[in-house]
Amino acid sequence: MLDKIGIAKRIAQEVKNGMYINLGIGIPTLVANYIPKNINVVLQSENGLLGIGPFPKENEVDADLINAGKQTVTMMPGSALFSSADSFGMIRSGKVDLTILGAMEVSENGDIANWKVPGKMVKGMGGAMDLVASAKNIIVAMQHCSKDGASKLLTKCTLPITGLKCVKKIVSDMAVLDILPQGGFKLLERAPGVSVEQIKNATQGKLIIEGEISEMNI
Amino acid sequence: MIDKRVKDADEAVRDIADNSTLMIGGFGLCGIPENTISALLKKGVKGLTCISNNAGVDDFGIGLLLKTRQVKKMISSYVGENEEFERQLLHGELEVELIPQGTLAERCRAGGAGIPAFFTPAGVGTEVAEGKETRVFNGKTYLMEQWLRADFSIVKAWKGDHSGNLMYRGTARNFNPMMATAGSITIAEVEELVPVGELNPNEIHTPGIFVHRIFQGKNYEKRIEQRTLTKI
Repeated sequence: MLDKIGIAKRIAQEVKNGMYINLGIGIPTLVANYIPKNINVVLQSENGLLGIGPFPKENEVDADLINAGKQTVTMMPGSALFSSADSFGMIRSGKVDLTILGAMEVSENGDIANWKVPGKMVKGMGGAMDLVASAKNIIVAMQHCSKDGASKLLTKCTLPITGLKCVKKIVSDMAVLDILPQGGFKLLERAPGVSVEQIKNATQGKLIIEGEISEMNI
Repeated sequence: MIDKRVKDADEAVRDIADNSTLMIGGFGLCGIPENTISALLKKGVKGLTCISNNAGVDDFGIGLLLKTRQVKKMISSYVGENEEFERQLLHGELEVELIPQGTLAERCRAGGAGIPAFFTPAGVGTEVAEGKETRVFNGKTYLMEQWLRADFSIVKAWKGDHSGNLMYRGTARNFNPMMATAGSITIAEVEELVPVGELNPNEIHTPGIFVHRIFQGKNYEKRIEQRTLTKI
């Protein structure tokens, strides 16, 4: 099984040179730490920054410079600042090449639920609905099962939907899976020490297994 | 030169009445109009509808107005950092309308651009789409969303001049420029107020035509929600 850092490291392998990328809060934010030095990308922050840099040193902290998780950040050389309207303009018009975000549930046709648990506190969708409605390529970072062992990779989402038919790939603590255009979770890789049988048992939705499934290389 | 200066925040909010609709700029606590929020607190105006991306935290930003029960309704995209907000919501003391962040930004922009409605893909197939018109363009379904406008828009800028031209700094820009355009009366508070001619016209973000009142704020706390440092 992968921990959060393992998931972030595996997703970092999906990052290609020249991409503009939006990273969600949580595990997706960690991905930035594992993108190889020889790959040049620009990180977009939905609150109005292209070119997110590392977290600041004590003497660099600037209250006017935060990311979407409200953490203090720095800017890379060549950064650009803009309004929230421009930010979501670039998101909706498909200029952002890759979106990485977390999920509470994903269905076998690529629906995602990640903003609301009815009966509990509702914090709001933030930018998630705009991102999933428009992104060309969405990778989801998630736990394969809930704490009580229930699968989060489902035939149909049970929680309120964030977006329809939008997820292309999942990196969970157990596996890497593609979501096929015709539906179904196609198993690509196993996490270290996890068997195909375990993944079968942990996946409630339609799981497609073809040939030998290799272990992730992290 | 049209002089938009008012003395201070108290003068800027002098005619904000109970049950007004306000747009309040900022993302989290970044770029919020601290002085004007304090003046609203002091004035005690009630029944407010606040259009703002977030609701502040318990003891800062719009959170202060929630604590004193001055807010009737919040229109926001994310409200997760505020326990008093949660309590009032769960007890039915506060109305809340949650909107996707990009839709919120565009509804404010539309309000200031004379565009009564537009179509966006955000929220199609979700609770957000309930009761709204959808239409298919080039094979993809979009949702109709309407403009937002406010009785008063309250924004925070870095620099401004006496005629209301504004420049923002860093990610403190966020919702401020669109909200500035969508208020019947727009109040701008700035960290540095300068005479006309001192700002470079090439660098103005919000042209003064959108701003009705401007004053130099004081004692900015600029509180940081998540002070995160590099681990080197």
